[in-house]
Amino acid sequence: MSTTDYEIERDILIEAPIEVVWRTVTEPDQMTLWFADKVDLKVEPGAHGSMGFGEQGGLVVVEDVEPPTRFSFRWNHPAGEEPTPSNSLLVEFTLAPEGEHTRLWVTESALGSIDRPDIDKAKYAEEHNHGWGEFLDRLARLHAERT
Amino acid sequence: MRTEPDDELWVAIADPSRRRVLDLLVQRGEATASTLADQVPFTRQAVSKHLVVLEEAGLIDRRKQGREVLFRVDADRLDQATRPMADVAREWDRRLATIKRLAEAAHAEAQRATRTRRP
Repeated sequence: MSTTDYEIERDILIEAPIEVVWRTVTEPDQMTLWFADKVDLKVEPGAHGSMGFGEQGGLVVVEDVEPPTRFSFRWNHPAGEEPTPSNSLLVEFTLAPEGEHTRLWVTESALGSIDRPDIDKAKYAEEHNHGWGEFLDRLARLHAERT
Repeated sequence: MRTEPDDELWVAIADPSRRRVLDLLVQRGEATASTLADQVPFTRQAVSKHLVVLEEAGLIDRRKQGREVLFRVDADRLDQATRPMADVAREWDRRLATIKRLAEAAHAEAQRATRTRRP
């Protein structure tokens, strides 16, 4: 078991209404334009599907679908297993209107693969939230300043 | 896709308190355990434990100067530790940029169509 625990958060401002951004993010034929080469997925909670990247591919299980603000799925879990917080990556998209435009956030996280009680896990996830991206960005900046 | 750096290293930097200590060391360049303990809300003993884990992961090393022990960051190792995550983050930046381009093009197209229908 890998102990790859991380959370990455990124966001972007898009000059289009939230419904348009929602369709771009969630419609399988749109997803093939920005994500995988092949997307076989029903966008509804609990749906099992797959994504192909060239020769490689993997299973995807949809978690939350709340149009037009939230879409999340789990992937990268071992074939033949149901995804759980400890064997998969969670990808979450959050959309919010910003004036006439839309702010889109994405987080990709792998949590829980380090053995610890569940109560700690919640706290751990909380502490991780928004921490990683900033930490990395700062390190990269400091590193660049020194060299 | 999934990154698989060595476990010791990930465990070392997955803990928020340890990241805080490491972060301080990156900022200061070099520091003693006491100096670091003055700037974090946990004890010197806790700082020392964190330093041992970071050292075992190869992220920092120590040298003696008189009666003091100074810790400093191993820049190459830190770079190696953060690169897989930075790569994943860059990948998402690229995907978000593509989503932006697609959505803005679709929106512009829809507006043009509306104007054509109702001149």
